[in-house]
Amino acid sequence: MGAPVVNANYGFADVEQIDQETRELTYLAAITDALFEEMARDPNVLVMGEDVQGPFGGAFKVTKGLSEEFGNARVLNMPMAELGFVGAATGMALMGLRPVIEMQFGDFITSAFDSIVQYAATNYYRWKGAVPWVIRAPSDGGLRSGPFHSQNPEAWFVHTPGLKVVAPATPADAKGLMISAIRDNNPVIYFESKPLYRSLKGHVPAGDYVVPIGKANTARSGDDLSILTYGAQVHQALEAATRLAQEGIEAEVLDLRTLKPLDEEAILAAARKTGKVLIVHSATRLAGVGAELAALISEQAFEWLDAPIARLGGLDVPVPFSPPLEDAYRPNAEKIYQLAVELARF
Amino acid sequence: MANMSQSNLQDNAKFTLSPVQKIELYYWMRLTRTYDDSMVAYWRQGRGLGGVFSQRGHEAISVGTGYALAPDDVVAPMHRDMGCYFVRGMTPRRIFAQMLGRATGVSGGRDVNLHGAGDLNLNIVGFISHLPHSLPVAVGVAMSFVYRNEKRVSMTYVGDGSSSTGLFHESLNLAAVHKAPFVLIAENNQYAYSTPLHQQMPVENIADRASAYGIPGLIVDGNDVEAIYAVTKEAVEKAREGGGPTLIECKTMRMMGHAIHDGAEYVPRELLEVWEKRNPVELFERRLLEEGIADVAEIDEIKHRCEVEIADAIEFAEQSPMPDPETVSDGVYAP
Repeated sequence: MGAPVVNANYGFADVEQIDQETRELTYLAAITDALFEEMARDPNVLVMGEDVQGPFGGAFKVTKGLSEEFGNARVLNMPMAELGFVGAATGMALMGLRPVIEMQFGDFITSAFDSIVQYAATNYYRWKGAVPWVIRAPSDGGLRSGPFHSQNPEAWFVHTPGLKVVAPATPADAKGLMISAIRDNNPVIYFESKPLYRSLKGHVPAGDYVVPIGKANTARSGDDLSILTYGAQVHQALEAATRLAQEGIEAEVLDLRTLKPLDEEAILAAARKTGKVLIVHSATRLAGVGAELAALISEQAFEWLDAPIARLGGLDVPVPFSPPLEDAYRPNAEKIYQLAVELARF
Repeated sequence: MANMSQSNLQDNAKFTLSPVQKIELYYWMRLTRTYDDSMVAYWRQGRGLGGVFSQRGHEAISVGTGYALAPDDVVAPMHRDMGCYFVRGMTPRRIFAQMLGRATGVSGGRDVNLHGAGDLNLNIVGFISHLPHSLPVAVGVAMSFVYRNEKRVSMTYVGDGSSSTGLFHESLNLAAVHKAPFVLIAENNQYAYSTPLHQQMPVENIADRASAYGIPGLIVDGNDVEAIYAVTKEAVEKAREGGGPTLIECKTMRMMGHAIHDGAEYVPRELLEVWEKRNPVELFERRLLEEGIADVAEIDEIKHRCEVEIADAIEFAEQSPMPDPETVSDGVYAP
């Protein structure tokens, strides 16, 4: 194996124009579409982060065009100080604004950790000051970007009371979950998948399109085993499922979409349906979100299981740069296929 | 002792206080001290709950700065700014109930002592134990006023200890870049827990750092409520008119330990004796008597009123119910 997971050309290309007839958008353009939609609808919505203003429009160009449409007063370039500007976003949110904060790379979210998990996440519980901001965290790898531009830090935030965490896998969900995240009255961490930015296109409904937070989606139906996953790995799982089907193994693929709060009902239903569960995520397997899924299923669906729960995740190592190393580090369709075959035969 | 002669105060003649205002200031300071004395005694009797922080010696700062704000302005006070909470309208009843973890406390038993004592109806933002986090939040509040073109001001506080954090720099830099209507009160009380100033910073004044952000850095006697009010009021009104942020350093002394458990044996007794002679409440009381603004009978009446109010607050707190454990998971998320 060793082929790149995806062939994403992220970083420098412009956001393409939206064809209003087909509305086939890239994953990236769907996020931009949601920002346009919400900024037009609600004057309290603003964008802030490093290099987000036009004409530059952010490192990945997600915010391109927003300055021109809404003015720089609503698209705020920030000094390079994540801890400080996430705190500032909390102050704005307390006053009723709805900042959408761009973390240039999800990896840099650690610089803002205190502002997120200590202040914003606890605030409503402590004194009823709602903090309706969204942090966009471009995450995941397979893009040969090394240890600090490839991470999947979602588990830290799932472990934090008071936050919501979403991780869309399709252009339509990227839009619908962004709109939900902006309208939510709580701090939401929105993990957007860099490998999907420009490699994935799909129909995205025009206008006000909402995908509720907390609802998983069955991306593929099957009776033999259930693959629970999210983000870019949904597509690796679907690719593996296509190959499994050629051998008569029908895999159900559940796209979690929201990691906090988990859609426990959908997760348990998928486990009970097939009795065989494979959990996949790009993030390090050890104490990852998948560990919680496995615990949940063992506690509440144990009697339905026909095999031990299988988990596939990143290795317990920093994300390496060189292609053979990174491919050895992260799950992909081939690894999912191999493990699924074993599980099906159990 | 701090050198006050370096003060670079402006002419604050236009922000002088009327006799009625001075009496008000005295009342808030006396209420704060009465509260503090009662709270410390309560905890020393072993009747308190958890840790607690005395603000003794900080009355002039919290009251003088809080009094300089308009009702629409927003403030994020910290754990030694009790006077500011009172001035902004938070009642001693709610605060003592908060101290005792009661359902009627500001946070309904969610947070400890003054932590989390925020109430947006009073334009008060609560703080977390990581104290400098009030800085960027208050800067963000100020940025929201710019965003909405509102003539409001945001203010918060920082200690000499927190002024060492990266957030101090990040926040003042951000505020200055965005010309935010923001006032930062640095309470230099000489010790961060047990760490003396010279181990905290190599410069003499926190205010000196303001030049790095191109904003004014003023120094004021932290035990002189009128001077503090005047300097703060000027900075607040300047910010309101689009003049950007100001850093005001108040030089004072922490008169007790870091928290109730701390005897502060590391502080030289002579230093405390010098500062006790500059007790801000007593200083102001003497001035009011000397200037004929109040007589002894009026002062005694205020003292009595404060004692009654705090006794009532303690009784209210003690009689308030504890929170229902069934509600432990309520309100993690805003609806």
